[in-house]
Amino acid sequence: MTIFNDIGQYLLMIKGMFTRPENARMYWKEFIHQCTEIGVGSLGIVSIISVFIGAVSTVQTAYQLVTPLIPRSTIAQIVRDTVILEFAPTLVCIVLAGVAGSRIASELGNMRVSEQIDALEIMGINTKTYLILPKIVAALLMIPLLVAIAMALGIWGGRLAGVASGIIPASIFDKGLLEFFVPFNVIFALIKAYVFAFIISSIPAFYGYYVKGGALEIGKASTKAVVVSCVLILFADYILSALLLPT
Amino acid sequence: MIEVKNIKKAFGDKTIIEDVSTVMKAGQCNLIIGSSGSGKTVLMKCMVGLFEPNAGEVLYHGENFTAMTGADKTEIRKQIGMLFQGSALFDSQTVEQNVMFPLNMFTKDSYKKKLERVNEVLERVNLIGANKKFPSEVSGGMKKRVALARAIVLNPKYLFCDEPNSGLDPQTSLVIDRLIKEITIEYNITTVINTHDMNSVMEIGNSILYMYKGNKEWEGNNKEIIFSKNERLNEFIFASEFLQDAKDMRMLEETGKISNDRNMEELLDKDAPVLIPPPDEE
Repeated sequence: MTIFNDIGQYLLMIKGMFTRPENARMYWKEFIHQCTEIGVGSLGIVSIISVFIGAVSTVQTAYQLVTPLIPRSTIAQIVRDTVILEFAPTLVCIVLAGVAGSRIASELGNMRVSEQIDALEIMGINTKTYLILPKIVAALLMIPLLVAIAMALGIWGGRLAGVASGIIPASIFDKGLLEFFVPFNVIFALIKAYVFAFIISSIPAFYGYYVKGGALEIGKASTKAVVVSCVLILFADYILSALLLPT
Repeated sequence: MIEVKNIKKAFGDKTIIEDVSTVMKAGQCNLIIGSSGSGKTVLMKCMVGLFEPNAGEVLYHGENFTAMTGADKTEIRKQIGMLFQGSALFDSQTVEQNVMFPLNMFTKDSYKKKLERVNEVLERVNLIGANKKFPSEVSGGMKKRVALARAIVLNPKYLFCDEPNSGLDPQTSLVIDRLIKEITIEYNITTVINTHDMNSVMEIGNSILYMYKGNKEWEGNNKEIIFSKNERLNEFIFASEFLQDAKDMRMLEETGKISNDRNMEELLDKDAPVLIPPPDEE
């Protein structure tokens, strides 16, 4: 029954966010702050992961293409499509669930435990609107951007690894990138990014906002938020793929 | 003035507040005392709307706060300042930003005007020069004073203090108590304080409500409390032998008798303190 309780509470939290802000300027400041935290704060790790994912994709694809009947440019196509369809949106968002999600859960958890949320409530501020909404909106703006950057860096990393290890010349890699390109794949990746962004921001916000107890519970809530977010990301990934990709 | 009428609060099967009614008057410190778990914090949270009572109502100047929703409730809350047990300062903001926060949120004043107000209240709580410090850089007593400054920056009509002296040394506690009392009188605020600190009770208890297991057990003021006949209250306030000695010395002076179960010779040997004011003195 706890799961139904949690779902109900989560939906009420989402509903409770939509109220008129007390002071739009303060909400804007908070939104910009969250954009910096979620976007700029995660850019480094996203960049590193993307480059290496692309690089590994190139090396492993080349390793599996043993027959000379398949042209080397196929490696670029496979790297491009796997990075755009799966690695950039899904893997990056799973990493972001750990980086940004745990930060959101622990920040709100700490505010709850140290009565900072109560202090805001007493002032007459809708804490769901002030504390959670800017995080979700910032995630919806920044995470698709990070995913787009991850796509570009992933493909560049693949090209770099292919050229550096002599697997594929740059000209053939570039030629392969343009072959059989399906623009919908990018749209599909961005749709996934938006859905995952909502999960990454709202689930940890829920666990952090409703934490009870002390420092230990904040840690537990943070861990649970990351685990649930990751599972939901994978579940949503499957559902979206099944619904949106023509098979 | 705040009226509490027949408040009941339970969490699941566990009843925390049975049926409490009281009146908190403006311009004085209204204390809620009681041992840990007696329900005083829950009562306070019901009063400010952090908990929804199962029954009863809280009236702010005659307006039923419990029945209010949305904007009406927010309007009352804007008139409330609260000092939390752990200060509840925003960690990532400086002292100045913490105190300025309610002004930023609810006023359209210029930065200069807001800064003037912040400096004014910081001066009022004797915290000049601490503007740029972060909460992690100031002491427990200073944190309480910053929280108090934040609570009064919008000139609230009602001030709630949840154990304002917890974790503070006796001297700092006295400073905080006196500050709260002065501010209460100066701005004619209805101040409600949760405490189990007997020094606070004696220092600022214009009106005292003693809670026992979720019920109102006794009501009075700091002059009456020492001479109360309520056994549970006496057990609570005279848990300290020091205070019991002081009370007996006073009784001895006035009536020539002490508590039945105590040895007068033993008491006289002790050189006990005489710190309790007689009931007719201010």
